[in-house]
Amino acid sequence: MRLEIKNGRIIDPSQNLDQITSIYLARGRIAGIGEAPEGFSPDNVIDAEDKWILPGLVDLQVRLGEPGSHYAGSIASETQAAVAGGITSLCCPPDTAPVNDSQAVTELIQRRARQAATAFVMPIGALTQGLDGERLSGIYSLIEAGCVALSQANRPIQNALTLKNALEYTASHNTVVMLRSEDQQLKNRGVAHSGPVSSRLGLPENPPSAETTALARDLVLVEEAGIRTHFSQISCARSVEMIAEAKKRGLPVTCDVAIHQLHLSEMDVLGFNSLFHVSPPLRGLTDRKALLNGLKSGVIDAVVSDHTPLHRDDKLLPYGESKPGISGLETLLPLLLKLVREQNLDLMTAISSVTHKPASIIGMPSGSLKIGRTADLSIIDPQGIWSLSPEEMISEGKNSPFIGWEFEGKVEQTFFQGRQVYRSVE
Amino acid sequence: MSSKLTAGNIQLNELGRLKHFLTLEGLKQQHLLEILDTAESFINPKTNEIRNVPVLRGKSIMNLFFEPSTRTRTTFEIAEKRLSADVTSLDIQTSATKKGESLLDTLWNLQAMQADMFVIRHAESGAAHFFAQHVAPHVHVMNAGDGQHAHPTQAMLDMFTIRKHKGDIFDLKVAIVGDVLHSRVVRSQIQALSILEAREIRVIGPKTLMPESPEAMGVHVYHNMEEGIKDVDVIIMVRLQNERMKSALIPSEKEFFKLYGLTEKRLALAKQDVILMHPGPINRGVEIDSAVADGPRSVILEQVTYGIAVRMAVMSILMSNAAQLAQHKVEKEAETAQDTSGTETTA
Repeated sequence: MRLEIKNGRIIDPSQNLDQITSIYLARGRIAGIGEAPEGFSPDNVIDAEDKWILPGLVDLQVRLGEPGSHYAGSIASETQAAVAGGITSLCCPPDTAPVNDSQAVTELIQRRARQAATAFVMPIGALTQGLDGERLSGIYSLIEAGCVALSQANRPIQNALTLKNALEYTASHNTVVMLRSEDQQLKNRGVAHSGPVSSRLGLPENPPSAETTALARDLVLVEEAGIRTHFSQISCARSVEMIAEAKKRGLPVTCDVAIHQLHLSEMDVLGFNSLFHVSPPLRGLTDRKALLNGLKSGVIDAVVSDHTPLHRDDKLLPYGESKPGISGLETLLPLLLKLVREQNLDLMTAISSVTHKPASIIGMPSGSLKIGRTADLSIIDPQGIWSLSPEEMISEGKNSPFIGWEFEGKVEQTFFQGRQVYRSVE
Repeated sequence: MSSKLTAGNIQLNELGRLKHFLTLEGLKQQHLLEILDTAESFINPKTNEIRNVPVLRGKSIMNLFFEPSTRTRTTFEIAEKRLSADVTSLDIQTSATKKGESLLDTLWNLQAMQADMFVIRHAESGAAHFFAQHVAPHVHVMNAGDGQHAHPTQAMLDMFTIRKHKGDIFDLKVAIVGDVLHSRVVRSQIQALSILEAREIRVIGPKTLMPESPEAMGVHVYHNMEEGIKDVDVIIMVRLQNERMKSALIPSEKEFFKLYGLTEKRLALAKQDVILMHPGPINRGVEIDSAVADGPRSVILEQVTYGIAVRMAVMSILMSNAAQLAQHKVEKEAETAQDTSGTETTA
């Protein structure tokens, strides 16, 4: 199958490209941009006039609901939701059931993903067995099976000695460790950012220091171990400063932010609506501003959906008892484009943060339209107006606080390995 | 589903009157004054006895206590019986099991048993809002305490007590002493006092027992008891719970009493006619010196009696607002019908 997509505005930060031209796909790969490769005769031509062509997006934090039943959905359903949001490569954290701390679980995920054949699923292995924070997993075996990184998902190692050992042991393998810094004791039972809203509503407080004290410790241990480390879902203004300083010191660190932290804040919790219950909690307005500035300046490397599809009953509870998380695959790109339009975020920076930058963090060639790369891309109607509704969400998790929001910019088609895997119904 | 939803406004009906009673946040002075005035009318001014007012005859009220309580539950039950309602009380200790669906199922099952009103106490902040969002449209929810969020009937009975002694709340300086961080009563008291435009609201206690941003609640914070109670008209002492020592928030009861305990000597710093309140149960020798608790400035036991009248007032207001709304809808329908028939005739 050879395909030509013509007249589209191709935006690919990996080659600093923003140009209206043609792109050619052959045998599941990018065969050319601008000029057709020699002897290329397309089986099909798509006219993408007034449309954007983006590389397939790369999302570093996506829960797929499989294996296990504590999240809604399956690898098949959630990869469908991913490509509907223009995401063709995604990492799934190890907090599955059973935990992804063995080759068997890694291979199960890969096999299911191959069967679904909708998006590229890259498992992240558990740093410790059962994510218990005490005994190391078979790290080499996990890497051998194809895990692109190791992490503790949302269960950070509390014992500093264990973390030091985990980092030093892992440092001799060519991989990246992903850490979510959070001191569980300072977190206490906190479910809301400690600030005016938690003070008024009497919700148990999760202070920024729960993140920053753990981050300070983690940075010191990372520097000692000399291991490439990625900090997941930072949420505080102070964390941005600390990462910036670490980068300046030459530490091999990167970080990401969840897209909802760039749009929402503690103020949204005022109605006790459990859809706004996330971990880390929605923080203050100054934190949100600092995170956005961190993204603009490049301190924050990637933006993730932190996709957590939940069953309806998981949110049908009083705020503090509801499960944290947002079903976010289908709103990652729309929310990012909203920042471009309304918050002065540079388009190239925005697209970088969900394409080649996250890909390079895990050492993968995804998120790029360079010749020879897998033909993962999407066609976007930049003027397409739509609003999010639970009926039209593809993810099995309908837990989105963005339901009812209006977006400008709509994914029309997504291609994965040269095949069309999504087309919006018109 | 709106993110702009504030904690207060789901408790008002289309006419801006109380449908549920969940929190004082977002209410207006008129709402609070109506409650106080109604409660007043339930008390015989000569004998201070509470009248029987059979306005809820045939109505079914269910008291759902997900968290143990003796005093609040008893006063609610007495209030309900004085209004001639049918009363069912249930202790449902499931908060530890966190059974998702069963919580709502419990509620819907009880609703199917023809409940007209739920009185709910629950350990999670926001629980009363949660229930109010999921009950049938004709069912009322009253918050009898949710987590650390609100306990609005307690705050209203405190306002009632203050008004009894001081007249208008406007122009008063009020000091609240103790564990502000964990207290739903204090949050509601602060809201009530600010809606009723108290001149100054102070909270007094160590930093570990204060929330992150107390000033967001419109109060002045004092860490020194002597400075804090200087020249106040009302002192409200809050119970100190034993767990606070275990979690290292304060060193000991003894030290707390040294710093914040209300003694005769400290009481003398306040206005001469100061009144002393406590939502109970009191810890003698921890927050308050025994002699002070039993002394002439204390109105602690009056609060309990007034609690019945205030709860009766809120329940009868919720029910009469519903009747008024129904009447309003009938009239509106009649009007529209008339309009249409009117147009037809002219045509």
